[in-house]
Order: sequence, then C-alpha cells, then structure tokens
Amino acid sequence: MQIYLPIAEMPVSVLLILGMGAAVGFISGLFGIGGGFLMTPLLIFLGIPPAVAVATQSAQIVASSNTSVLNAFRRKALDFKLGGVLVAGGFVGSVLGVWFFAAARRAGQLDVVIVVSYVTLFTVVGSLMLKESVSEFWTKRRGGTVRVKRQAGEHAAYLFWPLRMRFYRSKLYASVIPILGFALFVGFVGALLGIGGGFIMVPALLYIFRVPTSIVVGTSQFQIVCTTLVSLILHAVANQAVDIVLAMLLIAGGVFGAQFGARAGRNLRAELFRFLLAILLLAVGIRFALELVVTPNEFFSITTQELRT
Amino acid sequence: MRFLVSFALLAASLGGASAENLVTSLSSHRVLINSNYTGTAIAVFGAIERDAQTISRGTGYDAAVTVRGPPQYLVVREKERLGPLWLNREQQKFPQTPAYLSVLTSRPISEITSDQLRQRQKIGLQAIVNAPDFTNDREGADEPFREALLRLKRRDGLYLEDARAVAFLTPTIFKASIPLPAIAPPGNYDVEVTLLADTVILARSLTHFELVKTGFEQQVGEASRDWSWLYGVSTAVFALFSGWIANVIFRRD
Repeated sequence: MQIYLPIAEMPVSVLLILGMGAAVGFISGLFGIGGGFLMTPLLIFLGIPPAVAVATQSAQIVASSNTSVLNAFRRKALDFKLGGVLVAGGFVGSVLGVWFFAAARRAGQLDVVIVVSYVTLFTVVGSLMLKESVSEFWTKRRGGTVRVKRQAGEHAAYLFWPLRMRFYRSKLYASVIPILGFALFVGFVGALLGIGGGFIMVPALLYIFRVPTSIVVGTSQFQIVCTTLVSLILHAVANQAVDIVLAMLLIAGGVFGAQFGARAGRNLRAELFRFLLAILLLAVGIRFALELVVTPNEFFSITTQELRT
Repeated sequence: MRFLVSFALLAASLGGASAENLVTSLSSHRVLINSNYTGTAIAVFGAIERDAQTISRGTGYDAAVTVRGPPQYLVVREKERLGPLWLNREQQKFPQTPAYLSVLTSRPISEITSDQLRQRQKIGLQAIVNAPDFTNDREGADEPFREALLRLKRRDGLYLEDARAVAFLTPTIFKASIPLPAIAPPGNYDVEVTLLADTVILARSLTHFELVKTGFEQQVGEASRDWSWLYGVSTAVFALFSGWIANVIFRRD
C-alpha cells in the first residue's frame, strides 16, 4: 500500500515506514537514545529529501521518547533535577552548535566536519564502551567481582568542584560545572550533526557520572524530549520541512516499538546492555568510516538547492 | 473519447496556412495528486494539416515531443581521493535544470535530425544537457558533470528518451504517452512538439500541463507554509499525545 507524502512530494510504502518506525523505536526504548542517527539515513536512502528526513524524524523521536519518559516516570526511574540541568546546558550548546554550523557552511567545509565528527564520535565512544564491557566480562569469568565504583575515594576529582548539588534519585552528589559543561558539549555536537546526542549522553552518564543504568535511560529520554521538541518546532517554522503524514506513520510504529524496547531493556542485565550499545555505536561508526575510505561506485552526487524566486 | 472530440474541434478550427500546420492536444492540462498518487501518464495527440499548396514530401513525417518539468537549482559534486579518504571536492552548478525531462520520438533521434540541427534546436537529452546555457562552460571541466547529471537523473527515471514512444496512427495523425514517475515534483510542465520531415523542422507547437496537489495534500502543503507555527506546534502536540496513548495502552504491568 502506497501513500503520497504532501511535503516530501513522493509516495512511500505504508508498511515499510511503519516497520522502520517500530524497529528504530524499539532500539530507542531499549537504550534510551533518540535513534535519529539510525532513522535519518534510512529515510534519505528511501529518497526522501534530507531536510524533510531530518525535520520529520524529530517528531518520531518526541513521540517514542515521550512514551519512554512516562514509563520511567511511573517506575520512578527518572531524575528530573539531573534532567533539568542537562536540558539547560544542552540548550546553550545547541545555540552554539547552530552558529558553528553556519560558520562551517560559509567556509565550505561542512561535509568534511560532519563526516569526520560522526566517525570519530561513534568509533571512540563505541570502542571505549566495548573495551570496558569485555574486560568486565573477563573479570567475571575468572571469578573476580566487579563493583560499581560508587564508594568514597573512587570518585573522579572533577565531581568535587564547587557548586555541588545533590541528585538523590541518581545517587549522585557532584559539582554542576562538569555536568553543565558536558550537556553543553552534547547540545553542540547534536545541533552540528543533526542528532539528539542520546548516544553520547547515555555512556557519559554511565561511565563519567556513574548514574545507575535504570535511571540513565529515563533521564536521557527526558532530556531528548525537551531538546527535540524545540528543534521540531524550529524545523517546522524555519524550513517548513516537517511532513505530517510521514511523521504520523513513523510515530505509529515508533511508540509501540519503544514500548517493547523499554520492556526488553528492563529484563536486560546492565553489562549486556552496555555491550549491545557499544556494538551498535561501533557498527554505525564503522559504516560511516567505510563510506569515507572505500572507493565509491558512483563518484558523482546531485543535491537540490532551494530555488528562491 | 473526450480527447478525440477536443482534438477534432481543434483540428477543424485551423486552416489557411501555406505549409504544414501542426495541431496538438493533451489528454489533460491539470493532473491532480491525491493520497494514492503513484505516477501517471499523459497522452499527446497531434495532427498535421496540409492544404493544396503544400508540397508533397517524399519521406514521411517525424515528430519529437520534449517535456520539461519545473526548474531546479542542482549542484553536482565529485568525490576525489584525499589521502586515505574520499571527499567531495569539485562541484558544478546547474541553476535552471528541469526536474523532469523526457524526449519522445517516432524514430531514433539520429535518424530524424542532423547533428547540427539537433544541437542548435536542442532535440534529445544529449543535446539539451550539452547545450551552452545548461551550465557554465569551464573549458571541458564541465563535461563529466553534465554526463553525471544525465546519468543520475536517468537512473531515477526523471530523464528519459524513447525512440518508439510517438506512434503515427495515419500518415498525418500521431499520438504519444508521456510517462510521469511518482517522484516527478508538482509544478508546471512544458510540452514542446516538433514536426520534422527529412531532417528539416516544419512546425512547432508548445502547450503546458500542471501537476498539482489537491484536497488534503494541498491543505497540508498550505498549512505548513502559511501557518508554520501552528503546524509545528500541532505536530509536536500530536507526537507527545501519541507517546502518552501508547503508554496508557501498555499500562498492564
């Protein structure tokens, strides 16, 4: 069954879009990430104009992340205080990121900046997580015990900087400066690459701030809903690129996928969770790296520019 | 039937010219896009009028139908090796490229036109894409970009050339079917019909049709443009609401 998309101006298969929404929603609910870095390339591959793909998938992220947030809220697995700090820092970072985006575009180096940052981020974050996860696995095999580093004296020095705040639910007592700084970085990278940044947020909360896995997913999703909501409305106003028909199909698949993902995530052991997320990030990073390195089949590409008349 | 009647009326209303007169008609001047639109085809009918003074032609007539879609600003980029990486390096701009372009003829273009005529009158995909006004000339450096544009557009089915698409029903009446793929964008399309005999142009006619969104599709398009704030906020509210609904449905545990 085909349906015509009024803004993308092309027909798509309804079942295919529903299925894509469900699959990405599942991953999103499972790992507490938005999934935009998976959905955007898929939509562009189907022939949907890049501007429409980026703008519209943000509607799906709002929906599927909102269902995860509500889930987490009911199970008290959401730290609003920490989430609020992340949103505030992220917002400032986004503004800086948009400004840098425009500057890089003027310099004509935007494509290079984007691809190189993508590859670097995904492979670095992915391999660090994989290394950690594998060494943890081996320690267990040899009969050792892996303790979560939460005891006194095991905290990193930057958590003791001034302006310390207590985040009860996250079992965190730390300076807000590194947290805000980090949220700023995520917002900056997210705006630059057109992604929510959940995949950097989740590992950082896990490894840098040692927030419990169950709280990480809900809090990260809360931050994603707030940021993506703003970017969805901005995309609609500035670029008029949000296709509501495509959005509805993606949402319908996405919210149910996210529900099953969240359910699967609850039954997943913490170390397996981190292992799977590491594999996912590494796979995406390697895919982008291959695109850069392997000799392309087609050396030429066409892009359409807005015709201002 | 409607087409035949309108075509007959058009044909009857003409006369008095000394050479061949070309009369053309489209099956539709306004093609509507609704939610189950998956592409369409538009028929072109043509009649060649002759009068007593018209000299008799030794060879039969040939026709070429050129359809141009709405203009687009395209940039073609070429990937080049930079150290271990393949990056976009050179680019060529095509400021006024038709989004859709098809050339339908009764026989292969090389048989019905001379090389010179083809280039001067821009008949055939190759001639149109290689024309000097298609993109700026960079002394040969633009050649691979023109070729790439044609190749990529052909692959998407947006540029096509068919040497059997125009069929002569009688020696002076022909018809052709313009295939419009689903991804051909809405807008105005120009249909130019050229009548030839023995590699000489006898007559030309130009008509248009438009591809437009209707009903829901049109309203969504207008809302996103004219009411962008409301459109954005309602999409956001819908997204939040859907998330909540799914959460309620699954609240079993």
